[in-house]
Amino acid sequence: MRKIEIFDPAMCCATGVCGPAIDPELLRIAVAIDNLKEKGVDISRHGLSNEPMEFIKNQVINDLLQKEGAEILPVTLLDGQVAKTKGYPTNQEFSDWLGIPV
Amino acid sequence: MYEIFALDKIKLTQYLFFTGKGGVGKTSIACATAVNLADGGKKVLLVSTDPASNLQDVFNTELTGHGLPIEGVPGLIVANLNPEEAAREYREALLAPYMGKLPPSAIASMEEQLSGSCTVEIAAFDQFSRFITDQQTEEMYDYIIFDTAPTGHTLRMLQLPSAWSNFINESTHGVSCLGQLAGLEDKKDMYKEAVATLADKDRTTLVLVAKPEKTPLLEAERSSLELSELGINNQLLIINSVLAKATDALSEKIRAEQQDALNHMPAGLRKYTTYTLPLRSYNILGLEKIRTFFTRDDYGNVSNRTAPVDLKQIDALIDDLYNSGKKVIFVMGKGGVGKTTVAAAIALALAHKGTKVHLTSTDPADHLKFVIDTTANITQSHIDERQELLNYQNEVIEKARETMSEEDLEYVKEDLRSPCTQEIAVFRAFAEVVDKAEDQVVVIDTAPTGHTLLLLDATQSYHREVQRTKGEIPISVQRLLPRLRDEQQADVVIVTLPEATPVWEATRLREELHRAGIQNKWWVVNQCLSLTDTRDSMLLARAEAEEPWLNKVKEISKDHFVAIPWLEDASIKNIINLANKD
Repeated sequence: MRKIEIFDPAMCCATGVCGPAIDPELLRIAVAIDNLKEKGVDISRHGLSNEPMEFIKNQVINDLLQKEGAEILPVTLLDGQVAKTKGYPTNQEFSDWLGIPV
Repeated sequence: MYEIFALDKIKLTQYLFFTGKGGVGKTSIACATAVNLADGGKKVLLVSTDPASNLQDVFNTELTGHGLPIEGVPGLIVANLNPEEAAREYREALLAPYMGKLPPSAIASMEEQLSGSCTVEIAAFDQFSRFITDQQTEEMYDYIIFDTAPTGHTLRMLQLPSAWSNFINESTHGVSCLGQLAGLEDKKDMYKEAVATLADKDRTTLVLVAKPEKTPLLEAERSSLELSELGINNQLLIINSVLAKATDALSEKIRAEQQDALNHMPAGLRKYTTYTLPLRSYNILGLEKIRTFFTRDDYGNVSNRTAPVDLKQIDALIDDLYNSGKKVIFVMGKGGVGKTTVAAAIALALAHKGTKVHLTSTDPADHLKFVIDTTANITQSHIDERQELLNYQNEVIEKARETMSEEDLEYVKEDLRSPCTQEIAVFRAFAEVVDKAEDQVVVIDTAPTGHTLLLLDATQSYHREVQRTKGEIPISVQRLLPRLRDEQQADVVIVTLPEATPVWEATRLREELHRAGIQNKWWVVNQCLSLTDTRDSMLLARAEAEEPWLNKVKEISKDHFVAIPWLEDASIKNIINLANKD
């Protein structure tokens, strides 16, 4: 099965609801990840504020950050390879990668 | 009508917390309590967590966070903690492992998330907890006295059902204020015990300190209610700085206002035993003054003094704002310094000069309406802070409910009660007003802090990065941020009082704004007794004590400050007369 990892920028919280603005995109992605998890997809998510160690341990992410700076986030890795930067995957992209309807 | 406070009138518990807004005198009262108890042969530990603390001057001793004996007071140990310093250390410790391993831009964005007032509050609570829960401390001292207390927001956050579970590490949801607790999980038991001790009426007394004025009393009521909702019910109230007698028109006026405030005590405070302490002519510095603070004063021999001549009056500020053509003027300051009145005075004075002005106020201020309605060139709007906060909270909770369970929602709700959220909600409302008033000068009686602006800014640049067309930060806010940073367009006027804590707090506001790239030029020092012609010996003594603080403001503002006298009639009209006296 394919593995998806999403690396978030530093945010107050992953849905953005407690921050300075409500972001429907963040809500969409939170719901999408929840749904995929329920379907048994191997998908995980790491926030720069809460789990900075993950951004160091992962060599691909670390290299990318050193080169591009934090502005490159959010980044999505598909089976360890960069699949998308500066934005979250669309539902269509999820669907294409996983071969299941999202 | 209320008894004068004395230590033998109250039932003392081992732990005593003094709480109240900046400048009400809680440090003085805590010191006097500690020294008098030690003089009576008790073993006393006094802990200050007030970053504005002048305990070093009070005791004329270099203090540390570990506790030092005070010469001349056997039995007293004093510790001076600084939660801002602690927050900084905590932040650094948290970020240190990532220095050099993550790019500077990533470190900077993490750092800002940890720079809110919540982090400082948590750090302060962490320091309280060590002292409250330490077995040795408990056995060593008869009394442990704190010159400040944790806020309701901090305590509620710690009490959320699974605050300490792995919730904060969960990958789909995380929370802002609680995020500050990451890495403190091993202290869970200590915090729990600390909260239990706070709520134990046989061990802890919470002493609310307020001034006999309307706004400070309302603020005391609010924090009292918050803490009592958390089970901290052993409270009593001390009203400090009550003018005992009046000998001239001004002192009579001050006395009458104070009595009026006392006669209209907020309902939430009436159930607690209440004491008063008289206004003192001196600043509470040195052991002798501390010892006599509760009992006597001697101000008989203050020489006839004349008002300092080089103080600029408010017209200097108005002229500068008018000539430089500022478009957005924020008037900023802590509660009770009179910023609403100053904002109205600036707006009216500019209108008199022929500028089209829109005044936006957080004060319902019906008394303003008459003046505004009869003046040309000026319009007014009112922002109801509570309503704005409520709207924003509801909007957020509605959205959050789409994705979150009810239990997770509790965290969001607590975050929505944080000071940052309140600011953001009000700032959004202001931004809308400013946006609508394009061809007018807008004067606003409050301002966002640097932290809020940086958070908004970070979110905004993130949205820019991901090239989202439908950023959820309202357009009005997006437009206002760059305008605020433009010195040609915007100015922040800081209002303070000629006293230690208000000046210190104002200095901090200024530093915060600088951090967000916003310049402040002008200061207004309100309620200066130095500028009055009072002959009342008590007030003359107070006027003399104002001088170092006026000098301090002069220095900080590079002489861009104006002073407003303590007015018998502090209505807008009267201040306007000062502004228009040319």
